Amino acid sequence: MTTQTILPVDAERLSELSLSGGEPGWLKDSRLQALALAAELELPKLEKTRIDRWNVNNYGSYKAAKLLTALNEAPSAIAALIKDQEDGSLIIQHNSGVVYTRLAPELAAQGVIFTDLQTAAKEHGDLVQRYLHKAVLPGEHSIAALHAALWNGGVFLYVPKNVVIDTPLQAVLLTDDAEASFVPHILVVADTNSSVTYVDNYVSDKAEAGLHNGAVEVFVGAGAKVRYATVHQLGEDTTDVTYRRAVVENDGTIEWIVGEMNYGDTASDTKSVLKGNGSSSDAKVIAVGSGSQKLNYTTQAQHFGKNTPSDMITRAVMRESANSIINGITKIEKGATRADGQQTEKVLMLSPKARGDANPILLIDEDDVTAGHAASVGQVNPEQVYYLMSRGITRHDAEKLIIYGFLAPVVSQIPLEGLRNQLQTLVERKLGQ
Amino acid sequence: MAADFVIEGLKANIEGKEILKGINLQMKGGEIHAIMGPNGTGKSTLASALMGHPKYEVTEGTAVLDGEDLLEMAVDERARAGLFLAMQYPSEIAGVTNSDFLRSAINSRREEGKEISLIRFIRQMEAKMKELEMNPEFLHRYLNEGFSGGEKKRNEILQMMMLDPKIVILDEIDSGLDIDALKIVAEGVNAMRSPERGFLVITHYQRLLNYIKPDYVHVMMQGRIVKSGGPELAERLEAEGYEWVKEELGIEDETVGQEV
Repeated sequence: MTTQTILPVDAERLSELSLSGGEPGWLKDSRLQALALAAELELPKLEKTRIDRWNVNNYGSYKAAKLLTALNEAPSAIAALIKDQEDGSLIIQHNSGVVYTRLAPELAAQGVIFTDLQTAAKEHGDLVQRYLHKAVLPGEHSIAALHAALWNGGVFLYVPKNVVIDTPLQAVLLTDDAEASFVPHILVVADTNSSVTYVDNYVSDKAEAGLHNGAVEVFVGAGAKVRYATVHQLGEDTTDVTYRRAVVENDGTIEWIVGEMNYGDTASDTKSVLKGNGSSSDAKVIAVGSGSQKLNYTTQAQHFGKNTPSDMITRAVMRESANSIINGITKIEKGATRADGQQTEKVLMLSPKARGDANPILLIDEDDVTAGHAASVGQVNPEQVYYLMSRGITRHDAEKLIIYGFLAPVVSQIPLEGLRNQLQTLVERKLGQ
Repeated sequence: MAADFVIEGLKANIEGKEILKGINLQMKGGEIHAIMGPNGTGKSTLASALMGHPKYEVTEGTAVLDGEDLLEMAVDERARAGLFLAMQYPSEIAGVTNSDFLRSAINSRREEGKEISLIRFIRQMEAKMKELEMNPEFLHRYLNEGFSGGEKKRNEILQMMMLDPKIVILDEIDSGLDIDALKIVAEGVNAMRSPERGFLVITHYQRLLNYIKPDYVHVMMQGRIVKSGGPELAERLEAEGYEWVKEELGIEDETVGQEV
């Protein structure tokens, strides 16, 4: 059975938009081809999740955004996130477009590019064209195709060869108008032996139903190191579908830190493709589900290169009637000798109606490898609560200690203090404490 | 004020099976009482029932500490009223550091806004850990996770020292300890002896009582205290075992609630 993809825009309108945005021809063609694909493709198949029943059609339409002339004009919903960022490197996307861009001059002087992706396509066409849609392919399913057809705003970060950046570059992406499409695309290219940390936040501030269809592509050059941290705190009415993918060359390193703190239905897939020999990946996902959220989190590591270690950890707390499917997929290809793929998924359920389903999957086509997985799904242990209470700690505080303790081994490993504290606050908020 | 602790007619079930069949015991601050008895006679059940372990259902009786019946209280209230149980099998809790845990426990006894300062707390904890010859790294280790049997027992004693309870129950604190560790733990307990504080030491070996000298010794069988005496009773039990007690009282099977 095939289901017809409802196209939120027709080819004519899409061409017009591309032209009026001054986009190069190759980009317009890329959008039109993706739109044609979208009409033919089906929704992605998610383990034990009926994404066809989710609200995945509320794209809205492109609305031009008004540029900020100063940071203090930014909407109050993101004020806390951009506090004291006047001198930092920051991009703000508001609904369909980027409204603020700042790159620290010392980074610009080193040849770093940090701009919205639409501008980058015009000013650095060759570079963008070489990488855009090469990690998340428009042909994968209708959501990826629609993303490639409709993406707007977005971030392009290029770090030249041998440039090492210590301070994180940041982006804040806000949706507060359900009629405006919100389809940001993040493209990070780290050239040979460079090093960079990028942190972004997805925020919503609206009551009407909306959709975030996001894609992240990270290209880690030989010997380069990219730390990619992302926190999603979209509201109850926003459905979030996000594909993140990194392609890592020889001796490169990708580090993912993902905070899944949305209030609405969420499907996310974070994948590292360890293409080069000696490349490595480390992924940490912290999630809290509440209300009647439906959640599907996948982390993946695909090993092609020899001597490639990967580690994936997901820890999720589910309260009320949140329902989560957590998949970890380690795929080791033939020839990836001495690869080492490790993964752990743990779910703590706080109510009898909450559901957590952890699915560790190892697919190994090479003999000379090591791999391991651990998964657990459980509730707060009454013996532990008793033990803490026997020292005078109230039941409420005892449970709180145990829940935070469940997340702590991963949170404490997050190397960015500000992010660690922010996640802690978001976890507290989601847990209603 | 010296603690005053009176257990009267305490009966308790586990999974519908009666294990405690009417325990009577009186103790005052400054006293050390030992409860001895073979395995399976209800000693640890007594400790757990007094603390309020959710698996044990108290069906009758009272346990009054300074005029308040502990059995009417939730587990945390019992602790804050002054009861402390050093457990035979302490829980392991990943992600909760020993110091965060103990600070929460201390602050649970203080009013909001009057929490113990971090520096003062750490100083206290380090001093006590030194007394127990514990490696300072245990401050930051996750609660009991990966601790050896002996380390867990020391950690229980550390908690006792930090929380300053009125009545302390030591449930088989000697099990799994080598002689050096036993001495350190006993020294820790002895350092906490005071005219205000009472101790109830549960053990089935006399060995521990060489280091923690009891004032009173009680023998438990079949879910009751069947014999009480002074320290000489413990010595006789060590020398002659429990058979003579059984003969004297006409008991054939001393255990309670065991599967046949």
